[in-house]
Amino acid sequence: MKNFWKSGDPFVWLTGGAIALSLIMILGLLGLIVVNGLRQFWPPQIVELHLQNGETVLGEIWEREEILALDGQGSGHRIRLKIGNRDLYPLDFRWIDESEIVAKRYPENVLVLERLEWGNFYGRFNTLKQGNTILANSLGTGQEALADALAEMALLRTRIRELEKDEIGSINYDLEKLRLEARKLLLTSDTTSVAVQRSLTEKRKKMTVLQRQYLEKEKALSALYTKSREMVLTATSADGREKAIKIFDIVRLTTPNALDVVARSRVFLSRVAEFVSAEPRESNTEGGVFPAIFGTVILVLIMSVAVAPLGVLAAVYLHEYAKQGLVVSAIRIAVNNLAGVPSIVYGVFGLGFFVYAIGGTLDQLFYAEALPTPTLGTGGILWASLTLALLTVPVVIVATEEGLAAVPREIREGSLALAATQFETLWRVVIPSALPGILTGLILAIARAAGEVAPLMITGVVKLAPSMPFDGRFPFLHLERKFMHLGVHIYDVGFQSPNVEAAIPMVYSTTLLLILIVILLNVVAISVRNRLRKKLAYSVF
Amino acid sequence: MTNVKQPIWETKEMINGMAKEQSIAGKKRPGLSAQGVSTLAQANAEQPALKTENWFFSYGQDWAIKDITLEVPTKQVTAFIGPSGCGKSTLLRCFNRLNDLIAGARFQGQIYAEGTNIYDRDLDVTDLRKRIGMVFQKSNPFPKSIYENVAYGPRISGIKKSGDLDEIVERSLRQAALWDEVKDRLDSTALGLSGGQQQRLCIARTIAVEPQVVLMDEPCSALDPIASAKIEELILELKKDYTIVIVTHNMQQAARVSDLTAYLWLGQLIEFNKTGLIFTNPKEKLTEDYISGRFG
Ligand SMILES: Nc1ncnc2c1ncn2[C@@H]1O[C@H](COP(=O)(O)OP(=O)(O)OP(=O)(O)O)[C@@H](O)[C@H]1O
Ligand SMILES: [Mg+2]
Repeated sequence: MKNFWKSGDPFVWLTGGAIALSLIMILGLLGLIVVNGLRQFWPPQIVELHLQNGETVLGEIWEREEILALDGQGSGHRIRLKIGNRDLYPLDFRWIDESEIVAKRYPENVLVLERLEWGNFYGRFNTLKQGNTILANSLGTGQEALADALAEMALLRTRIRELEKDEIGSINYDLEKLRLEARKLLLTSDTTSVAVQRSLTEKRKKMTVLQRQYLEKEKALSALYTKSREMVLTATSADGREKAIKIFDIVRLTTPNALDVVARSRVFLSRVAEFVSAEPRESNTEGGVFPAIFGTVILVLIMSVAVAPLGVLAAVYLHEYAKQGLVVSAIRIAVNNLAGVPSIVYGVFGLGFFVYAIGGTLDQLFYAEALPTPTLGTGGILWASLTLALLTVPVVIVATEEGLAAVPREIREGSLALAATQFETLWRVVIPSALPGILTGLILAIARAAGEVAPLMITGVVKLAPSMPFDGRFPFLHLERKFMHLGVHIYDVGFQSPNVEAAIPMVYSTTLLLILIVILLNVVAISVRNRLRKKLAYSVF
Repeated sequence: MTNVKQPIWETKEMINGMAKEQSIAGKKRPGLSAQGVSTLAQANAEQPALKTENWFFSYGQDWAIKDITLEVPTKQVTAFIGPSGCGKSTLLRCFNRLNDLIAGARFQGQIYAEGTNIYDRDLDVTDLRKRIGMVFQKSNPFPKSIYENVAYGPRISGIKKSGDLDEIVERSLRQAALWDEVKDRLDSTALGLSGGQQQRLCIARTIAVEPQVVLMDEPCSALDPIASAKIEELILELKKDYTIVIVTHNMQQAARVSDLTAYLWLGQLIEFNKTGLIFTNPKEKLTEDYISGRFG
């Protein structure tokens, strides 16, 4: 027995057990996220249930659970069915006792329509109409016409989006700019001067031109909308109600029960592609998350650009220049402890300091003409990035200091002995050798920043951003804009949306995506670091 | 100054803090040297390359170097021998003021390089280090290319033209007997060289700045006999242009390469004389014990 303890085997088991437990938990979590995150893209079987009371329901089986029978004797199961058709029924979901089910079928002609509004529609094809002419009145014969109509309307959707966002958007942007310029002139210069008057008239003239253009675009837009109403699909729901649905509103039409594995995979891929490249709809519970991906990545990039120099400079001072003593030790402890401050505290600080103090002041100095509408004095991607930079700077400082400490003294002395000054030694030898350590710090900072949610919610993230922080209009990167973020998106969709149940798959997919982005950012940083390490590797002979 | 005068060493009782003590980092600074404010440029070539006068040095507690007075003649090889921990490296590092970095170090006495007090308040330390180069015990190439390692010193001294740099790099590598081995891979990392090559690279790097004195702290301690022999050859070659001070644990090496040998023991200079005399006819019992291997 004594030998058993002495041999150290129990300790090996203990340590091994610890790592195994951690791995199991992490893999379990990842597995859950991956499975649930991907499952929602896979087209499900649509089941048709005939109930004892003569009702027929159509839908996706969401879950199944055990219940006690009504008389308390024995037990049965009930299933939760997603019945969709939010425009017909009050709720998306319905519980059905399995004992009530008379027959269960998977009819091949069931359509699933993913729509711009009202969620999914489950039903059967009735007619396809253009105006008053009937193009097809059965799914079999109407296949081609339907596909054409869908393609045409998809084009129309893109066209309308272009018109609204880009063309009308840019006219609005220019108008607003002119209005502010005019206001600035009125506020700051002598309005009686001829030059100012002339420039004001000129601006007004330009604005009139723009307004005329605006009206033209508006007209074009309404023509397009009229066109969008032309093609209508009438479909019958499970309980026999007929519903007319504009083809324009249909994002995707599938007959899942009739699809084989290949066709299903194609639908799966197209839904994944939509998820990462499209904008959200239905208050974020459907559609894509592209703006959130974009916002997250830009946020992390700006954060890195801000935190790297700040952290590295601070660490270099602490490690190389400061006289080591009580004060420096105190600062070091304080820096380490900063990493433990709840992130919401940083958020509040960012709101008070960056947004209100700095942003507010800058507004008064440079954007006075727009007041009382704040330009920089409100949350935006710059302030959110700086808040995160502040949050992660301790990580970078600690890692950089470690990197600097790891540079062998012989190397420093070698440089000094060649008549280099302390600064030259630092700049040419020490910092390059410490780069891997610095990058490690940055990697940790990125990982932490990408997953942060609380401070962002009060420094510039919104549920739905009207425009992205980066676009084709000068100066391209709009640091003052609000933005969307995957982490906040998860919180918002999962807990704040009007239809939480239906949004759960979205939560999983977004989480999966966020994890993938963090991994991607890290892989990039790690590979850069490893390349550097290989170059710097200290060979021991 | 080719002849060494009488043994400079004299027995002296150590009295802690007997003279004006001077702290490197602190406020107390050595006074002006006898010639007044002087720069190395004005140095007198007639003077010995290095000269210490009643030199004491401490890392904070006890004196690691106690009252050493010696002269290192120009363009000769002077060897420091002595048991481990006796202060050879410490003394060597006093010559290019590398010990300045150590917090709490203090010293007492004078060191002159060609007549200039190198601990003078107005002396530019980088200027001094340009004139007194150093090769370390453990080879310490920078994590850069071979070329960049050699060009490092010249770049620091402000040489920018790539033609000049190329020339310096080639000449230094040739002098260090490394050129033929590395001429085809000047741009590959210096860390890929063997230990002996790395050490020769460090020598090339040191002589690239054309110092007057090269301090070598056990340059062969990590090398095999063949690599050591190469370095010894190199030292004899370098002797033509440079004053060399070498620390070594290898008696044979000291005997082979040096003209003068100093024996240090517990921070004191026990004996300093022509190498031939030290090894054949030591005056001091302690020296004899050490050389004949009867020591510790
Ligand atoms: N940085 C330092 N701080 C404090 N004490 C030191 C430092 N470097 C050396 N010493 C001490 O100074 C004394 C002399 O050391 P030094 O390195 O000069 O010995 P050495 O003769 O070179 O020995 P070796 O042959 O082993 O290299 C030793 O007692 C050593 O412990
Ligand atoms: Mg030593």
